[in-house]
Amino acid sequence: MERRAYYRNRLLPWLLIAPQLILIFVFFYWPASQALYWAFTLEQAWGGGNVWVGFDNFRQVFGDARYWNTVMRSGLYALAATGISMTLALVLALFVDRSLRGTKIFQDVYIWPYAIAAPAAGVAFRFIFSPEAGLVGTLNGMWPGIWNPATNGAHALLMVIVCHAWLGIGYNFIFFLAALQMIPRSMFEAGAMDGAGPARRMIDLQLPLIAPTTFFLLIMNIISSFTDSFGLIDVMTEGGPVGSTEVMVYKIYFDGFRGLDYSGAAAQSIVLMLLVMALTFVQFKWIERRIHYA
Amino acid sequence: MAAITLKSVKKNYGKTPVIHGVNVEIEAGEFIVILGPSGCGKSTLLRMIAGLEEVTAGEIHIGDRLVNQVEPRDRGCAMVFQNYALYPHMTVAQNIGYSLKVAGVPRAQRDERVRAVAKSVGLEDYLDRRPGQLSGGQRQRVAMARAMVREPKVFLFDEPFSNLDAKLRVAMRAEVRRLHRDLGVTSVFVTHDQTEAMTLADRLIIMNAGRVEQIGKPSEVYNRPASRFVADFIGSPAMNLIEGMFDEQGHFVYGRGGRLAAEPLNGQRRPGRKLVLGVRPEAVRRTNEQKPGAIPALVEYIEELGAARLIHADASGTRIVAVETENVDIPSGAPVHLEFNDDALHVFSAEDGRRIDAHA
Ligand SMILES: Nc1ncnc2c1ncn2[C@@H]1O[C@H](COP(=O)(O)OP(=O)(O)O)[C@@H](O)[C@H]1O
Ligand SMILES: [Mg+2]
Repeated sequence: MERRAYYRNRLLPWLLIAPQLILIFVFFYWPASQALYWAFTLEQAWGGGNVWVGFDNFRQVFGDARYWNTVMRSGLYALAATGISMTLALVLALFVDRSLRGTKIFQDVYIWPYAIAAPAAGVAFRFIFSPEAGLVGTLNGMWPGIWNPATNGAHALLMVIVCHAWLGIGYNFIFFLAALQMIPRSMFEAGAMDGAGPARRMIDLQLPLIAPTTFFLLIMNIISSFTDSFGLIDVMTEGGPVGSTEVMVYKIYFDGFRGLDYSGAAAQSIVLMLLVMALTFVQFKWIERRIHYA
Repeated sequence: MAAITLKSVKKNYGKTPVIHGVNVEIEAGEFIVILGPSGCGKSTLLRMIAGLEEVTAGEIHIGDRLVNQVEPRDRGCAMVFQNYALYPHMTVAQNIGYSLKVAGVPRAQRDERVRAVAKSVGLEDYLDRRPGQLSGGQRQRVAMARAMVREPKVFLFDEPFSNLDAKLRVAMRAEVRRLHRDLGVTSVFVTHDQTEAMTLADRLIIMNAGRVEQIGKPSEVYNRPASRFVADFIGSPAMNLIEGMFDEQGHFVYGRGGRLAAEPLNGQRRPGRKLVLGVRPEAVRRTNEQKPGAIPALVEYIEELGAARLIHADASGTRIVAVETENVDIPSGAPVHLEFNDDALHVFSAEDGRRIDAHA
C-alpha cells in the first residue's frame, strides 16, 4: 500500500522546510563558499576587486614557519587536552561503575560541566588561575613568581589545556560510564572465577570491551580541541602571551579579523575544515569495521 | 568427608532475607541438582558457594576448609553461567585458556591443555573463532571447556541450558552426564526444569522461597515427597491434591461431601484434622462400575497427549486428573468412577504442608 501524504499546495512543503534550509545555507553553505572564494582569490592592493590566484594563498600559508608552529601547538593542545580529559573521565567512570552501580546523582553531577559554555568556563578559570588572586595564585604566595600565565607562555598554554580538558570530562565520563555499564556483570564474575583480580579484569576485559567508545571519544575530543578551543582562548589569553597559545582556529580569526588578511585566513580555514572532515570520515569508516565485536 | 558443607547458610539482600538457613552436605564426586521455581534462591545459593555473593550468616566449607572469606579464585570452583558470559573479544582458545594465562601457565603447556579440553567437547575446529561466530550450542561448549580447563574440585552450573532449544538441551544433558562420569568431579547444577533435574541428579535439593524442602534421590523425591510443595512441583502431570479430613468411620471427606475409604489412621491423621491427600494421576484408575473405594466424578474434558490422555474430572467440587492409557472416547459430562491405588496415597498436613506417614 502506498503510504504517502500529498500536498495540494506545491508551495507548502517548501515553506515547511524553509527555516531549516535557510539556517543551513546561512550558517554553513554561504560561509563555506565565501571561504572557498577568498582562499583562491586575492584582493588587489589598490582596489578593483579580487583576482584568481590558484593555490598561491595555500603556498603562502604552508611556507610560513609561524603557521607550522601553530600546527604543532594545535597538535600538542589536542593530545594533551584529549589525554587529560579522557584519562580522568575514564578513571572516574571506572570508580563510579564499580562502587555506585545504579546511582544516578553522580552521573548528573559529572555531566554538568559540559553544559557550561566555553567562554563562561574560561572566565571562571581565569579567576582560578589568576596569579594575583586565584586558587593557583596562592602558590605565588608561597613561592613568588612560580605561576604567571600572563607572561609565561607555557603556563598560559597549560592553563588553557587544563580548562579545555575539564570542560570535556563530563561528556567523556558519560560515554565511558555508559560503555562500562553495558558490560554484563556475569562477564566480570567469569573473570573472577578465572582468577583475575580487579586490575587484571580492567586491563583484560573492561578496556578492550569499551574500545569502540574510546575510539569514538578520541576523535570527538580531537575535533573539539581543533574547533571549540576558540572561545576559551579568546576569553582567557587572546592567543598570548606573544602567540604562545595561538592554535589553528585562533590564528584564522586573528589573521582574518585582526590582520585583515582574508585570503590567508580563508586558506587556513579550508585546511582546518579538511582536517576535521578527514577525522569525521575516519570515525565513520573505521569504527564500524575495526573495533567492533559481534 | 563431604566435598561441600553448608551450615545454616543465610543470605539477606539489604534487609530482605532470600535464603533462610540451608543445611546441606554434598559428597565428593556427587552430582547435585538444586531444583526450584524461579526466584526461590537457587542462583544465590550457588553464587555463595562460588564466592560471588557474601554469606550473611552460617558457614560454607569446601573440603575441610571454611571458605566464607576466601576469594572466588582460591576456592577451586569453576562455574558455567546461564548466559555463558564468554569474553567476546577473545577467540575460543583464548576464552578457554584465560584462567591458565592469569595463573601464569607457560604458553606451550597452556596451548596443549586448551587443545585437549577443546577436543573433549568437540571444539577443536573452532579454536580461532570469536564467540560471536558460534552457535548457541557451541558457545555452551566453550563455557564448559573454560570451566573444565582449570581442573577444578567443584563444578557449578547455573541453568546452563536454559537458552538452548529443546533438542540441544537433551543432547547437552547427556554430554554433561558423560563428562561427570569421566571426570568424577563434584558438581552442583541449578535448574528450574524438573526433567533436567531428574535425569541429571544423583541427589536433588528442592528449594522453595529460600528454604530447602527436600533432599534426596530423584526416585525418593518422586515417590515420597516430603511436602505438599514437592508433591505439586515434581511430576508431570502434577499430583492431584485433595483438601479434606478424616471422619470417625475412617473415610476421607472432601469437597462438597465427597467420601473416600482410605488407609488405617495414626495419631496425626486423627478425625477432624485438616489434611491434604495426594495421588498422582498415574495412580488414578477409571472404572465403570460403582465399587467400594471408588469415587464418582463427572468428566470435564479430555486432554490428548498422543501415547495417553488425561481425564480431567470433577469429583464433588474437586478437580481430579487421571491418566488413561486406553484409547477411549469419553464425552464431556459423562459420569465415571475413579479408584486410587492405596499405596500411592500421600498425606500432608494442611497447616504446614509437611508429609504425614501412616506408620510414623
Ligand atoms: N542483587 C540482588 N539484590 C536484591 N535482590 C536480589 C538480588 N539477586 C537476587 N535477588 C532476589 O533474591 C531472590 C532469589 O534470587 P535468585 O537466587 O536469583 O533466584 P533463582 O536463581 O532461584 O531464580 C529473588 O527474589 C531475587 O529477586
Ligand atoms: Mg537463577
